[in-house]
Amino acid sequence: MNNGEIIIDGPVATHHGHAATEHHAHEHHEQHFIWKYIFSMDHKMICKQFLVTGIIWAMIGALMSVFFRLQLGFPDSTFPIMEKFLGDWAKGGKLTPEFYYALITMHGTILVFFVLTAGLSGTFANLLIPLQIGARDMASPFMNMLSYWFFFVASIIMLISLFVETGPASGGWTTYPPLSALKEASIGSGLGMDLWLMGMALFVVSSLLGGLNYISTILNMRTKGMTMTRMPLTVWALLFTSVLGVLSFPVLFSGVVLLIFDRNFGTSFYLSEIFIGGKALPNIGGSPILYQHLFWFLGHPEVYIIMLPGMGMASEVLSTHSRKPIFGYFAMIISLIGITLLAFLVWAHHMFVTGMSPFLGSIFVLLTLLIAVPSAVKVFNWLTTMWRGNLRFNPPMLFAIGFVSLFISGGLTGLFLGNSAIDIHLHDTYFVVAHFHIVMGVSAFFGMFAGIYHWFPKMFGRFMNNTLGYIHFFITIMGAYLIFWPMHYEGIAGMPRRYYDYSAWESFKHFQDINAFISVIATIVFFAQLLFVVNFFSSIFRGRKVTNPNPWGSTTLEWTTPINPGHGNWEGDIPEVYRWPYDYKDDGHGGDFISQTTPLRPGEESH
Amino acid sequence: MSGLITILLIVLVFIIIYQIGKASEYASVMRGEEKVKFKTNRVIAWLLVIMFLLGLYGIWACNNYFKNLMLPVAACDTGVNYDSMFFVTLVTTGIVFFATQAVLFWFAFRYQSTETRTSYYFAHSNKLELLWTTIPAIAMAILVAIGLKNWAAVTSVAPADATVVEVVGKQFNWLIRYPGKDNELGKRDFRKINDATNVLGLDWSDPHNMDDVISQSGELHVVVNKPVKLLIGSRDVIHDVGLVHFRMKIDAVPGITTTMWFKPTITTDSMKRITGNPNFVYEISCDQMCGKGHYSMRGTVIVETQAEYDKWLSDQKSYYALNMPGGAPAPAANDSLKSGAKADSVKAVSMK
Repeated sequence: MNNGEIIIDGPVATHHGHAATEHHAHEHHEQHFIWKYIFSMDHKMICKQFLVTGIIWAMIGALMSVFFRLQLGFPDSTFPIMEKFLGDWAKGGKLTPEFYYALITMHGTILVFFVLTAGLSGTFANLLIPLQIGARDMASPFMNMLSYWFFFVASIIMLISLFVETGPASGGWTTYPPLSALKEASIGSGLGMDLWLMGMALFVVSSLLGGLNYISTILNMRTKGMTMTRMPLTVWALLFTSVLGVLSFPVLFSGVVLLIFDRNFGTSFYLSEIFIGGKALPNIGGSPILYQHLFWFLGHPEVYIIMLPGMGMASEVLSTHSRKPIFGYFAMIISLIGITLLAFLVWAHHMFVTGMSPFLGSIFVLLTLLIAVPSAVKVFNWLTTMWRGNLRFNPPMLFAIGFVSLFISGGLTGLFLGNSAIDIHLHDTYFVVAHFHIVMGVSAFFGMFAGIYHWFPKMFGRFMNNTLGYIHFFITIMGAYLIFWPMHYEGIAGMPRRYYDYSAWESFKHFQDINAFISVIATIVFFAQLLFVVNFFSSIFRGRKVTNPNPWGSTTLEWTTPINPGHGNWEGDIPEVYRWPYDYKDDGHGGDFISQTTPLRPGEESH
Repeated sequence: MSGLITILLIVLVFIIIYQIGKASEYASVMRGEEKVKFKTNRVIAWLLVIMFLLGLYGIWACNNYFKNLMLPVAACDTGVNYDSMFFVTLVTTGIVFFATQAVLFWFAFRYQSTETRTSYYFAHSNKLELLWTTIPAIAMAILVAIGLKNWAAVTSVAPADATVVEVVGKQFNWLIRYPGKDNELGKRDFRKINDATNVLGLDWSDPHNMDDVISQSGELHVVVNKPVKLLIGSRDVIHDVGLVHFRMKIDAVPGITTTMWFKPTITTDSMKRITGNPNFVYEISCDQMCGKGHYSMRGTVIVETQAEYDKWLSDQKSYYALNMPGGAPAPAANDSLKSGAKADSVKAVSMK
């Protein structure tokens, strides 16, 4: 039986299916360095490309946050080291306001899009989808390669924008017009903004190429026996992530294109009745609010594009290391569906104070708070998964537990912001900053770390160092709470976000001490992340070698491949699947799990 | 030099931590991984519990630190309602927060892997799922109901007797326009704006503009216990009128007029006594990123008694008078404002 050929169609996949049935080592030797490591079409290599690019971006983005935190924490001090990094933008060791705003803008853009969207989904969709559903590669490995290279070009353009004379975009990561549309309004709205828009447009292309590929792979290329309801929750989560991206990124694209038109071709989509730079502009009839609708129609689903992969991986990791099935597999899928549907219907809760119709606001309040229901179901299911388990505290498990803790904390503050009457006072304050950093920043990062520590052995055939992992975990989770917990209080006091200096404000200047405290902790946490980066790269070459193909005792298909799988993943036939992915129970021979590839025992009922 | 030493020190710490990590790995291989695994597991489980307890202490300490610094005194009725709604949400989410976090860390400690433990196969229970779908749904319904009631109150139409004042944002300050004695704001057009003589682009062919007073210092004078309605606009980019003590906030959008209203209940002077801060002042903060001077776009609200307000207003010259010296109606408007009788009529008109 050769179900590889039965399930897979398309010339590329068949070729690999064929190649893989022969002796596998051949393929390695035949490939030139460029085709193997650079223009690779192997989903596992593309995964590593996304991951390494994501890590580099994350370091750049995190370093930016250290710079602007130093300004916020110590507005009266100078830091000559900043001048070394930033040149004239930090003359004498003090950030200029313009560059402070450029830094927060790029920090947001980089981490939201380049790290937590491309770096996270790109990495794990590429690694896990084919391996966990039993496919030799993506539906279109070529499109998959293009997806990375569009991302790479977008990255290069965004990187170049950091070095142009007028600086990168500086209107906040949401780049609301007219500020972002008019060169007179801010120096960051010059060439830097054009590059930002081009980078984002290419990023959308990359995201769509990837997303369409992931969806078609999941729907069409599952191995024999891998019904939809036998897919691991990671694959379910990545499926809905892709659906969200495919349906909402084009709307951002349209918003970006209209903004390019307003900036360069004299249109008035977003501009009306503006007097700036000493003269009245001819534009009349546009609405800046239109941009906000287009932006947030992506922007809100984007939050779930960031969260869902983490949820999927946390489910998988919690179950595996609790040695217990995920609790409520179907409830988990249904809640993912609920979150996905609602994600499209709540975008205007970012716009409660734009002056929109209060009636419309009421509807968005209702829909927004509805999301709490599927989210609560997921949390209770994770907790029940741990109940009466047999918990192994290795780094992936710790990060999964941290993910749940942070998701609870950040999710609950969403109930304040989603309720328009409470949002009025908290809107655009540090409460918002604290909320989204905990829930979609740190929490999503914890999902990602859990995934990296857990699947590192699959990616590189080696383990990451556990002790460094433990240190990384404890510093990061405690640091995250120390940084963001006090920010809630600042926000409740009304302290606005995106301020360069608070010392002139009677209402906010007494938070100086706490701002300094937050900045110190943020710097420490930054160095703890460097520890992770060192651990990551040194383990690729020097980590302890994996000797058991299934080191975690996992049930899913990726652990049935060789330790260092070649292109095509399985040496012989693709295994057939007989049971659901969470059979963590007595296998009758003293083991505590049953692989998906093990046929049902006589009389045994499938889940 | 000190920078170099710092860098060297950091690198050194990194190397040490890295070596410890490596050494512990070798040690665990030598001593037998299984045994070490359970021992490490126990240590980590304790660390998680300690971290949880430290967290509780941290929350307590943080609360103590901020007790008097967070939510500033609310200076209007809707603000007081806001605080009570905030408190209800805080208690609700607080209970869920402590319960779920405690369960999370308790389970982590209680069910840590040991030599003898096996897990209990428990894959689903419709009863439990139903339970924790329904309870959050009910809680959400209650929060939505409270929220929408307050939302309706805050966004309701301003009372007819509200004083109307226009607030216009520009990079990087607030322009405030009072209607003057005719109690009517005249027409304005952005094409007539001139930074020297006509900052808001008032249309001088509209007689209602003749007595309008513009404050370019961003001082918004309002009368205590009297509703005030703000007409909000912007000259250039999006700004946002944020009033912390009134729990109000709305964007200033070019090309669109937004509004908000509130009834201040505490004068600035009383507030100085309440807060014990002689420098206390109600501030208008710009809460929407508007460019490099965003952080300095500050306005103030002066809440005063009717008598103080009348006196202040009578001291102001109309914008027309200030910028069109010799213009016929200006002196008249100015004179009339100065006489007490006319000031009373301002009140009379605005009260109707």
